[in-house]
Amino acid sequence: MTAADLFTFCLQALSGHRLRTALSLLGMAIGVAAVITLTALGEGARRYVIDQFASIGSNLLIVIPGKTETTGIPGIAAAANDLTLEDAQAIAHQIPEAEQIAPLVIGTETVSHGARRRQVAVVGSTRELLEVRKLALSHGEFLPAEELRRGRPVVVLGVKTARELFPGEEPVGQVVRIGGWRMRVIGILAPKGTQLGADIDQTATIPVATAMRMFDRRSLFRIMIQVRKAAELEPAKTKVLRLLAERHHEEDVTVLTQDAVVSTFSQILGALTLVLGAIAAISLSVAGIGIMNVMLVSVSERTREVGLLRALGVRRRQVLAVFLTESALLSAAGGLLGLAAGWGAVRILVRIFPALPASPPVWAVAAALALSLGVGVLFGWLPARRAARLDPVAALAGR
Amino acid sequence: MIRLEKISRTYLLGGQPVHALDGITEHVKAGEHVAIMGPSGSGKSTLLNIVGCLDRPDAGSYWLNGREVGTLSDEELTAVRRDLIGFVFQAFHLVPRLTAAENVELPMVFAGISRGERRRRVEAALAAVDLSGRMDHRPDQLSGGERQRVALARATVMGPRVLLADEPTGNLDTASGRQILDLLARMNAEGITLVVVTHDPNVARRADRIVVLVDGRIARRLAGAEVSSTADLFAVANGEPG
Repeated sequence: MTAADLFTFCLQALSGHRLRTALSLLGMAIGVAAVITLTALGEGARRYVIDQFASIGSNLLIVIPGKTETTGIPGIAAAANDLTLEDAQAIAHQIPEAEQIAPLVIGTETVSHGARRRQVAVVGSTRELLEVRKLALSHGEFLPAEELRRGRPVVVLGVKTARELFPGEEPVGQVVRIGGWRMRVIGILAPKGTQLGADIDQTATIPVATAMRMFDRRSLFRIMIQVRKAAELEPAKTKVLRLLAERHHEEDVTVLTQDAVVSTFSQILGALTLVLGAIAAISLSVAGIGIMNVMLVSVSERTREVGLLRALGVRRRQVLAVFLTESALLSAAGGLLGLAAGWGAVRILVRIFPALPASPPVWAVAAALALSLGVGVLFGWLPARRAARLDPVAALAGR
Repeated sequence: MIRLEKISRTYLLGGQPVHALDGITEHVKAGEHVAIMGPSGSGKSTLLNIVGCLDRPDAGSYWLNGREVGTLSDEELTAVRRDLIGFVFQAFHLVPRLTAAENVELPMVFAGISRGERRRRVEAALAAVDLSGRMDHRPDQLSGGERQRVALARATVMGPRVLLADEPTGNLDTASGRQILDLLARMNAEGITLVVVTHDPNVARRADRIVVLVDGRIARRLAGAEVSSTADLFAVANGEPG
């Protein structure tokens, strides 16, 4: 018999039980849709993080106080020595590759103007931050170029904070209070949105020395160093490590290149995607059991038909092929349905969360489809074999 | 055409061996019409299943069309059924989701006959049972007699040498039954070997010979004038001396 004849026969059998066929299709479709949607979410998260890192600037070295044994997760190890402004200065003076240096202190404080108050992230840094983090000004000035230790009472506001504190007014030149400090607004940042989880539009950027006094800190949170080109990253990293080890009399800082951070995050989130896919794959195997159940019912319902086929001279192998094809058709159709549903769900997700570049990875789509077909054949095997092994005489009698 | 030599078939029923057939020896010539009668449990159906290569004897030998088939593998027996044997059942055994034409086509689909040839043969077979106008009807849209005629068309569409009918009129009214018997007789006249298992004296009377089975043995053979002259075939069929 030809494949076309086999398909026709099986489709006729399946369409004879529309509800049952539809329900088992649905089970498989949900499984495949789950694989596709969940892996799309995981992949979306991974790409989101990578995009975020790309947006903060390139050719960056990040110095973090404290030593981690393995590179990767920043901020876990306890700092032995402070990372100081003098360290930043030393790097600037002694390492020729370091083109731009932005020390960073971060805290949270209330900014107020008159009766209006806003809780914002306060970033203490230098003029170089503008270049290092690829920021732009809407108008006014950024932090003045000046000696690191000099902390003048000036602030550059994020665009949203500025708008909320000064509705309908020009903020530049006005005075705000940050904590107990009076600061003059000298500039407004251009809209940038969220960068690495921090909304740049809701920040107040002040000179680093001012911030250290405001938050009573002796140690910097980070020193960000931008080198001229990617090839200088590694030599600069070695030099920074050596310089700071000399200054601190021990190696107690961690220097990350952006690549290392990105690849660590990418690995973690890739593993997350895999786990999500595996969880969803469980629902595929549940769908497979559903198909097996449907096929077992079908075989026992069609016992007489099998007996008839055998009496008509249909071989065992052909009976096996009929029932295997039916379960494979069921699962493949369910898989395609699930693919469409999953794709639709991802589109809706992207519409709701435009920031998340969710799209299912190709491997997940291929695996879900292959798995659904495999599950159909695997779980169809037992019922099909049962049908093929029926004794013709007993089967004709419906036994 | 059919040669059975000392055929025995034993089942285990509740751990007890039951001799369904006990040393049956019988020859059926090509083109013959033979009726098998006997009370319930006499082994009629078992005998028909063995003749139809659906079942195998435990002992004895069976030659069909000059070939020893009692010892063939399942795969080979399947091929024998496909090429040499047509079955007609009391319960029709039509596939409910398929039309009359599709039911008739079924054995040819699995035998790998081309689409065009199948169509030609389906039309011829349904015309032969006078159902050309019912090709696209499903079984539930057909009367009992029409269903059995579809089954008859299906049984003969592969061009078998032997037609085996198990109570072919058992589920039919008298008129429909007579129509089926006429068709069977016509096919037999065209050369097909016909073996009919029946309780019904009116069905048996149409045969050239009657074989009466009691307790798995041949109790009596009637041939020629005996078939029509035996008044109480029913009593004979139940193993009583008539």
